[in-house]
Amino acid sequence: MASVTMNVNGKPVTGEIEGRTLLVEFLRNGLSLTGTHVGCDTSQCGACLVHVDGEAVKACTMFAAEAEGAEVTTIEGVSNPDGSLNTIQQAFQDYHGLQCGFCTPGMVMSAAALLKDNPSPSEQEIREYLQGNICRCTGYHNIVKAIMAASGQDVSRIAAE
Amino acid sequence: MYNFDFERPKSVADAVKALQTEEAQPLGGGQTLIPTLKQRLAMPSKLVSLAGIDEIKGVCKDDQNRLCIGGGTVHRVIAEKAMSEGFPGLTGLASKIGDPAVRNRGTIGGSLANNDPSACYPAAAMATGATIVTDRREIAADDYFKGLFETALEEGEIITEVKMPIPEASAYMKFEQPASRFPLVGVFVARFSDRVGVGVTGASESGVFRWTEAERALGSDFSADAVKGLSVPADGMISDLHGTAEYRAHLVGVMTRRAVAAAQ
Ligand SMILES: Cc1cc2nc3c(=O)[nH]c(=O)nc-3n(C[C@H](O)[C@H](O)[C@H](O)COP(=O)(O)OP(=O)(O)OC[C@H]3O[C@@H](n4cnc5c(N)ncnc54)[C@H](O)[C@@H]3O)c2cc1C
Ligand code: FES
Ligand code: FES
Repeated sequence: MASVTMNVNGKPVTGEIEGRTLLVEFLRNGLSLTGTHVGCDTSQCGACLVHVDGEAVKACTMFAAEAEGAEVTTIEGVSNPDGSLNTIQQAFQDYHGLQCGFCTPGMVMSAAALLKDNPSPSEQEIREYLQGNICRCTGYHNIVKAIMAASGQDVSRIAAE
Repeated sequence: MYNFDFERPKSVADAVKALQTEEAQPLGGGQTLIPTLKQRLAMPSKLVSLAGIDEIKGVCKDDQNRLCIGGGTVHRVIAEKAMSEGFPGLTGLASKIGDPAVRNRGTIGGSLANNDPSACYPAAAMATGATIVTDRREIAADDYFKGLFETALEEGEIITEVKMPIPEASAYMKFEQPASRFPLVGVFVARFSDRVGVGVTGASESGVFRWTEAERALGSDFSADAVKGLSVPADGMISDLHGTAEYRAHLVGVMTRRAVAAAQ
């Protein structure tokens, strides 16, 4: 066992890990931050997506030890300071961007990473960016719509399906 | 996953030292190695993470007009920097590997060390005549790739840099296998003032190769028509549930013509 220290959602945390401990295991089992999901565990689905030093990363495909000293943001850390939903989260609710909700934490984190670099993405750019986020329920249309709405764009011309 | 020790050196020299332990293995972005470890297909005693070594990260241009890419540089940064250094063909390749999260972690050194028969960078390395720089020597691309998942790398040898001559025109075209999005066949075409390089990945049972016949034809006439009559034999092409050997051989021609058209 070794010890690892990082900032998670702005708070310094230290924990005991093995070499093989994945970041997602540390977050879920070590810190009880179970909002980060494990869908595939094979880096395909994006349910485990978090931000490490501001970049989107699949937490099932990174070791906890590699996040030593890093700033990690999970879905638990993105709401408004008063605890209400942030713009992206609210748009997912308003536009029915989720059904079972399993993929949603990863979708929201992915959307946040996209909008940080590209504040006004086209529908095509959103779809391409979400290549690594799989949803088994919604058929993606409303997720794309939610992200467009969250970026302040008119979504009235995107078909509701 | 079996357990292992974990080290995070800050310099190439320290990493090389750490790799002298029996069964120690370097860790790049982990985008290939972590899934492999989960399947228990590898059992290292120690992983030496290269992510903390700043000297092998970044992209610049040298005085011989080569793009010098640190072995620990992630795909996202390569895509950005290749564009600003005048090598959009490499941007096209790097920006389509996996998805954004994979591109934020995966490195060119890891891809070239792994030499997956469907990996993208080997096609560019072969087409441009790249040089693979390690902690102990320089290896020409033609001598580096040794078949499926085999390279000239020795035990504990680290790719520190890749030097790619910047072509006058280039493009990469991959026909994606829809589930993995790895290329079923990918072709990198690079035109220089005195030659044309054509690197083919995903197709052959002996790994990435240069399609020299197409290189000659394109050398005298850089147009999709120049390679229209050419084909590679199906013999020796990969045949699996995603495509037969004949299909892959056919795709080599199609992807080459598309890449030439895109590079015009
Ligand atoms: C969903 C998904 C889709 C992908 N799609 C594509 C695709 O379309 N095309 C494509 O080309 N790739 C694709 N990849 C693979 C990706 O490009 C990997 O990043 C790359 O193959 C391995 O790089 P890495 O830095 O993650 O290496 P790691 O996984 O860390 O290591 C791979 C191997 O290389 C060794 N190694 C790592 N770095 C070095 C170094 N500097 N020197 C010597 N040895 C080293 C390791 O010991 C290991 O054996 C995909 C991956 C995923 C998860
Ligand atoms: S759980 Fe990490 S990508 Fe699916
Ligand atoms: S809402 Fe169920 S998987 Fe996306």
